[in-house]
Amino acid sequence: MAKIKGSIVVNMENCKGCEICMVSCPTGTISMAKEVNGKGYYYAYPANPDLCIGCASCAMVCPDGVITVYKTKI
Amino acid sequence: MIEATGIKEIIKPENLAYRKTDIMTDNILSYCPGCGHGTAHRILAEVIDEEELQSQTIGVSPVGCSVMMYNYLDVDIQQAAHGRAPAVATAIKRLMPEKFVFTYQGDGDLAAIGTAETIHACNRGENILIIFINNGIYGMTGGQMAPTTLPGMKSSTSPFGRDVKTMGNPLKMTDIVATLPGTYYVTRQSVHTPANVRKTKKAIRKAVQYQKLDKGTCFIEIVANCPSGWKMTPVQSNKWMEETMFPFYPLGDLKTPEE
Ligand SMILES: Cc1ncc(C[n+]2csc(CCOP(=O)(O)OP(=O)(O)O)c2C)c(N)n1
Ligand code: SF4
Ligand code: SF4
Ligand code: SF4
Repeated sequence: MAKIKGSIVVNMENCKGCEICMVSCPTGTISMAKEVNGKGYYYAYPANPDLCIGCASCAMVCPDGVITVYKTKI
Repeated sequence: MIEATGIKEIIKPENLAYRKTDIMTDNILSYCPGCGHGTAHRILAEVIDEEELQSQTIGVSPVGCSVMMYNYLDVDIQQAAHGRAPAVATAIKRLMPEKFVFTYQGDGDLAAIGTAETIHACNRGENILIIFINNGIYGMTGGQMAPTTLPGMKSSTSPFGRDVKTMGNPLKMTDIVATLPGTYYVTRQSVHTPANVRKTKKAIRKAVQYQKLDKGTCFIEIVANCPSGWKMTPVQSNKWMEETMFPFYPLGDLKTPEE
């Protein structure tokens, strides 16, 4: 059976580190970085990229619209 | 743009599943981290994009944190005096009935200083969409008590909690306008989870269709967080909103058209 694989791109300079994407991700793909971006926020990043299914839940709830989602069948 | 990316091989144009609509400009939002205003703007922009209404839309922005909405939505926007957005929108829609006209207002704007404009526009059944962002306080000015502040809720002007005996009862504007003959579709939603974002988008899309059919006022309340005013982290504020705001302001339709 074809497996659905996803991948996200976070515009980390514009991320405000609110963590809402992280708690909305059903697969635990996203974590907060241990370092801050130029504005001083601990930005979100795909810490476990293999887990991403491209569902776009994270992007849908990101108040700052900084997540882009890609999805494909493998 | 500095990016944090997942698996690189999947990141190709043909695999694109979601990106911010161009109707949201690239300007950095002035909102605090995690604030629901950003999400509410974006889904409104998505509907305008999907319905191909960019050149047909005129919005009216309020006084409050979202006063500079015109920096973020790439559509025509008129900023109105505090609370007067429904009156301004009335004029715009009457002069240009072919346009999609909406107001976007906080609870201080819509339910305090603008109570008269809100109620009378709804009662007249102006053919506009009113989007009401209810975070239970005045966000922009420092978290003061609003008419919508819950009983017992702390704010900077009710530091021991709202005592309804001396400070009055919270006003449920959405329930009030639902009783008026001029409103056609009245609903209360939220934008803090993916499922709620989908529902709110659907509500906005319905309101767009009803306005095309000249059905009267559509009113969408979005119960939203104000992490800064509530003095919580964004994630805590969403949880508090579910536990404390939703029992008082239950989500769902208050008035649906008889179809
Ligand atoms: C005529 C007038 N009165 C008072 C103010 C001060 N003021 C600015 S924003 C605001 C309240 C905004 O609260 P709300 O509508 O809830 O929006 P939020 O900032 O929470 O999004 C007030 C009272 C003003 N700008 N103009
Ligand atoms: S697309 Fe879905 S699975 Fe992937 S990071 Fe976002 S929420 Fe998680
Ligand atoms: S929801 Fe958006 S702004 Fe908030 S942490 Fe995630 S990527 Fe950053
Ligand atoms: S003060 Fe509250 S409503 Fe205003 S931007 Fe900050 S979190 Fe949002």
